[in-house]
Amino acid sequence: MKLLNISLLILFVLIASSCNNPKDSKKEIKIGSKKFTESVIIGEIVSQLAESSGADVKYRKELGGTRVLWNALLNGDIDIYPEYTGTITQEIFSSKEINNQRELKEELLEYRIGISQPLGFNNTYALGMKRDNADKLGIKTISQLREHPELKFGFSSEFVNRGDGWPSLKGAYRLPQKNVQGLDHDLAYRGLESGHIDMIDLYSTDAEIPYYDLKILEDDLKHFEDYYAVLLYRKDLENKNPKALKTILKLEQNISEQKMVQMNASVKIDGISEKTVASNYLKETHRVNTTPVHESFLSRLYHNTLQHLFLVVISLSAAIIVSIPLGIFAYQNQKVGHLVLGVVGIIQTLPSLVLLVFMIPFFGIGTVPAIVALFLYSLLPIVRNTYSGLKDIPRDIRESGEALGLTPFAQFRLIEIPLASRSILSGIKTSAVINVGTATLGALIGAGGYGQPILSGIRLDNMALILEGAIPAAVLALLIQGLFDLSERVIVPKGLRLEEGKH
Amino acid sequence: MINLLNISKDYGENHAVKSIDLTIETAKTTVLIGPSGCGKSTILRIIIGLITPERGEVHIEGDTLTSDNLILLRRKMGYVIQEGGLFPNLTAQGNVSLMASYLDWDKKRIQKRIDELCDLTKFPKDALTRYPIQISGGQRQRLSLMRALMLDPDMLLLDEPLGALDPLIRSELQNDLKEIFSSLCKTVVMVTHDIGEAAFFGDKIVLIKEGSIIQEGKIYDLAKKPADPFVTTFINAQRTHLESVGDI
Repeated sequence: MKLLNISLLILFVLIASSCNNPKDSKKEIKIGSKKFTESVIIGEIVSQLAESSGADVKYRKELGGTRVLWNALLNGDIDIYPEYTGTITQEIFSSKEINNQRELKEELLEYRIGISQPLGFNNTYALGMKRDNADKLGIKTISQLREHPELKFGFSSEFVNRGDGWPSLKGAYRLPQKNVQGLDHDLAYRGLESGHIDMIDLYSTDAEIPYYDLKILEDDLKHFEDYYAVLLYRKDLENKNPKALKTILKLEQNISEQKMVQMNASVKIDGISEKTVASNYLKETHRVNTTPVHESFLSRLYHNTLQHLFLVVISLSAAIIVSIPLGIFAYQNQKVGHLVLGVVGIIQTLPSLVLLVFMIPFFGIGTVPAIVALFLYSLLPIVRNTYSGLKDIPRDIRESGEALGLTPFAQFRLIEIPLASRSILSGIKTSAVINVGTATLGALIGAGGYGQPILSGIRLDNMALILEGAIPAAVLALLIQGLFDLSERVIVPKGLRLEEGKH
Repeated sequence: MINLLNISKDYGENHAVKSIDLTIETAKTTVLIGPSGCGKSTILRIIIGLITPERGEVHIEGDTLTSDNLILLRRKMGYVIQEGGLFPNLTAQGNVSLMASYLDWDKKRIQKRIDELCDLTKFPKDALTRYPIQISGGQRQRLSLMRALMLDPDMLLLDEPLGALDPLIRSELQNDLKEIFSSLCKTVVMVTHDIGEAAFFGDKIVLIKEGSIIQEGKIYDLAKKPADPFVTTFINAQRTHLESVGDI
């Protein structure tokens, strides 16, 4: 009981500290970005510009993919985020026929979403080869590839399979090359370097273009869809914070392809932070002086820890409070019980990422959907162990309690629960460890935590950043496990622990 | 006095107990005996309400056993089973005092009663702080008996209480049990499959086969005036044990 009180106390402190947000959320501009570097940089530029106009800014970087951001925008979890025209027509409105900018604008308006003018660069699919190789063969356009059937292509598996990728490109240009292999993008660059591959697919603003000195072949038949970068924003921003929006829209037609490639390279290859890159761009191009604040390692660790603990403690506590009675119910009503076990079992079979994304339509993005998903994910081990812990009590012990003349409730409280305690506790322990690990995925929907540095680290191929999230997550899992091992000494009756030593 | 009136219990197709009438006399030891699966344990479990019969009534000291008075009537009965059925999460003391604590006896009264029971059952007092897993099989049965006797019930129901013990400890406990029964004047119902044990304890022996009572009476009646050839077969099968008792 004492333990329960302490955990409830921790819960309240955490809730209180998370709610301690004095800023008026109406004036705040919430900016989002996808989880790849270019989007993060644009988001950073937008954030710093908005800040320079005097707005309070909340920047949620590295939210998962298009669906997550689009839903977050519709829900009002974010006000603005960078998107690509091709993605809007191909993914968001894939079932609709949209032929031009005007139709796109009108379609978006139906959702009360505004769209900026293009920011200036087109990040579309492109084919690239080593510059010296291309010059030697005299290749400038994709059409010219027809004359070189011996060339070896190494494409990302996505490009090999996409409708607008290799299959239709081959048809449109009548390309004769047979030697095409699908491989990881990073490996493709290495293959290019070593000469095993002559050509790869890439995005036209990839940081690697200058680094590997690649020549982009001209899409002379205009096969690839345009992927002009734009900003999507909620129309209500025009009334809520017109000044900030006006400042942000200064970016229209102001970021060239070359500039974007250079900024991507600064982050991905030179290891400069997105904040600094964004700040430099604003200084050079818009004469806006911003002073990006870089969080120290310890402060980041502290915040990530707090966020992570918040996710874990709330979701796990809720799961414990719900699962134990549910397990007891399942045990007492065997028929319905099997249904209960089946349902929580099915939840467990959903990939955790899918479960997180399922939550977005109901709860938006951020902490709440992450907690709900983690909560659902933590149910099964506790429900199952409560159920089996009770079910496995030997009949003669159960009947001895009954025969003494204990009431069913007293029997339950004095005999059955203590006997099932070890099994229940080990269920909670399993849930806790799964929870700590799964919570790292919460960063994908804007819940923060140890997943944030892991996401950035994967994106930037920066092992130190990955470890900044992975090590504390592992330590936390071990700590929680240790905590439960300790609490076992308090909760599980000594007589049951002796048994283990004896066998 | 316990009366069973026309009791039947089925497990699906299997008729475990078939329309049994049985009177168990106060302050006497009644032994239910028969081959495995004959229904003797089922009868005992019906008396203490662990099993509800399909038909028939159980009267305990004049009260009809129902789900309403079940809990109170159980507190007038002590129940001991083969492996003791001790609660592994509680110490010896905890097992014995569980019900008394639940009924809010004060500590002194509990301690006094436990001291008495330790003397009666010859359970070593220094083992009271141990857990069931830490004590021997014989001690576990003594402990189980203490637990059954804690509230000083009028009736004692024992289901193969000595079945899991080795012969030496078993014979020692047999003697102690008999002493306890006679000194306490309890109504005892004991289930066993051992005719020797039945003869040793039983004021009345009830021989059961396939859910029906074949014969009831003293061991002498069963041996000399068998109601059915099965009685003789059953006794003869365990003749050697019987002779060691030396009653016949």
